[in-house]
Amino acid sequence: MLRLEKRPQPSRAWVVLSPILAVILTMIVGGILFAMLGANPFEAIRTIFWDPIFSEQFSGFTRPQLLVKAGPLILIAIGLSIGFKAGIWNIGAEGQYIMGAICGAAAGLALYPSDSVLLFPLMLVAGALGGWAWAMIPAILKTKLGTNEILVSLMLVYVAETILASAASGFLRNPEGMGFPGSRNFKEWDAVYNGELIAGTGMHWGVVAAFIAVIAAYVLLSRHIQGFNIRLTGEAPRAARFAGVNPSRIVILCLGISGALAGLAGFFEVTGPAGQITIDFNAGYGFTAIIVAFLGRLNPIGILLAGLLMALTYIGGELAQLMLGVPGAAIQLFQGMLLFFLLATDVFTNFRLRLAKKEAV
Amino acid sequence: MDLSSISPILLVASIMVSATPILFAAIGELVVEKAGVLNLGVEGMMITGAVVGFAVGVNTDSPLVGFVAAAGAGAALSFVFALLTQYLLSNQVATGLGLTLAGLGLSALIGKPYEGVKSPTLPKLDLGPLSDIPALGTMFFRHDIMVYVAVLMVILVWAFLKFTRGGLILRAVGESHDSAHALGYKVVRVRMIAILFGGACAGLGGAYLSLVRVPQWTEGMTAGAGWIALAIVVFASWRPWRILIGAYLFGGVTVLQLNLQAAGAKVPVALLSASPYLITILVLVIISARGAHGAPASLGRSFHASS
Repeated sequence: MLRLEKRPQPSRAWVVLSPILAVILTMIVGGILFAMLGANPFEAIRTIFWDPIFSEQFSGFTRPQLLVKAGPLILIAIGLSIGFKAGIWNIGAEGQYIMGAICGAAAGLALYPSDSVLLFPLMLVAGALGGWAWAMIPAILKTKLGTNEILVSLMLVYVAETILASAASGFLRNPEGMGFPGSRNFKEWDAVYNGELIAGTGMHWGVVAAFIAVIAAYVLLSRHIQGFNIRLTGEAPRAARFAGVNPSRIVILCLGISGALAGLAGFFEVTGPAGQITIDFNAGYGFTAIIVAFLGRLNPIGILLAGLLMALTYIGGELAQLMLGVPGAAIQLFQGMLLFFLLATDVFTNFRLRLAKKEAV
Repeated sequence: MDLSSISPILLVASIMVSATPILFAAIGELVVEKAGVLNLGVEGMMITGAVVGFAVGVNTDSPLVGFVAAAGAGAALSFVFALLTQYLLSNQVATGLGLTLAGLGLSALIGKPYEGVKSPTLPKLDLGPLSDIPALGTMFFRHDIMVYVAVLMVILVWAFLKFTRGGLILRAVGESHDSAHALGYKVVRVRMIAILFGGACAGLGGAYLSLVRVPQWTEGMTAGAGWIALAIVVFASWRPWRILIGAYLFGGVTVLQLNLQAAGAKVPVALLSASPYLITILVLVIISARGAHGAPASLGRSFHASS
């Protein structure tokens, strides 16, 4: 009979080991899934995890995509992880991402066709503010009235989606677009186009921002008093209050940071890879970022690696769709499984498995 | 705008239909939360139930078999959640979210071949003289069987929680798992059963969407219904009867906004489409501002006998 025994200290080794074990388990079960869908499992796993980077045939196109996809995931996940550390569950990053994109794009389009160098920074601030403001709704409701931030932030995703739909077909529609929904294309507007900084790498300003966010979050959490307060609030709320930490301020701070970062990610996406506001330009990064945050152990460096890995499954998934006819939804399931296995293997961080004689419980 | 095109009688009738999916999901989640477990995977279980119920319903040509399969699928998905949270002690919020994400992927995968297919629907029950009552008959007594099953479920859950020993144990586990454990109740087992029941109910709710309400399969068709069900549990302050009120209220909002859209009301369509979500937020705000919560004390906390 197996029994779980609580460890006196969380195992440091398992903190690192469990994501790796989770990835391996996901590959095995994912392989079985792909086999059931009629694809060769080894070929499918290779197509997803190996080919996007190393295949001679595709890597020229897919390698830059790695950073393009990882950028927003990392940026959003860093913000979410700070909140998750404090026990503040912002799961509406998708909505903040959309609002950031709309506000950023709107600020720019209002001044079309200006080519001032100040325009891009202005839009950037507008995008961050848009995401921030959207996150402030659950934050203020939580601090003032004690409303559950999980449900409010999630509901606001659907509200943001309806605003996006009316933006794309109404107030932000391209006046020269012959009535088709969708805003002006930023790719044709050099002053604000967030293109590749170094050709062939996929590196755009959003990726730069993601790297800066990783470093900033690392410093915040390990070196700054506010980071300590955030961690303390998550691990021992009562102790935090005795230490004089204002819980409301932590909620405002955490939701504010995650909202602003998600808004930034939306802004960089819409002015760069997506190119325009369309009804469905958002690709669910806000939700996938939740997986990234957990997979990265809510640790900035971990999130960097997890974001790259998750980006790989996106690109590899598209490749597998193209080459092997694996349905796109299978990849979404694959990503969900990764989170499950991670949560399952996580038990060994705090508990150890012991062989025990059956006893009366 | 032509408001006269909205018939109050048909409105009430369609509210009963549109409230049924959230009613199922919410009453199931109520039991789960009463046992002290927060399962945020309702949306994922609902949509899996929707697709499995639809697929089985189409293939067997029997919607009732579809409903049974949907309940099974919802329970199977919730079993994963139960295993992770109860035996491997994972974080309930994260696991629930994972369940929703995985459920959305799984359902899209299963549902691909069924897009655009028509399903067999449930026949309307003929309740004899009751159905023939003018106005009232159309409003309340000409629905399919699942509408009444959902209401019956609320009554059963209420009676179970209030009058039976099992209900008392379940509530004890939810209020203080340590005390319940000390008294010799099997905390984990009770929670496992509650979670499975919640999953089966969410599955039924999803199947009602795809087999009766719409009736078709489209990817992501639950569109937040599972989350609204979670909000209704909060709205109801964890009391079964208020779940009924909450579900019909939200069903009402949904139907009314669709009717207003169809009648060409001079309100932006975006605002109307967003109204169910906005009203959910509003209701959550009002409930939380009032301060009376009534949430089970052990809600969302993991239980391990050693600690």
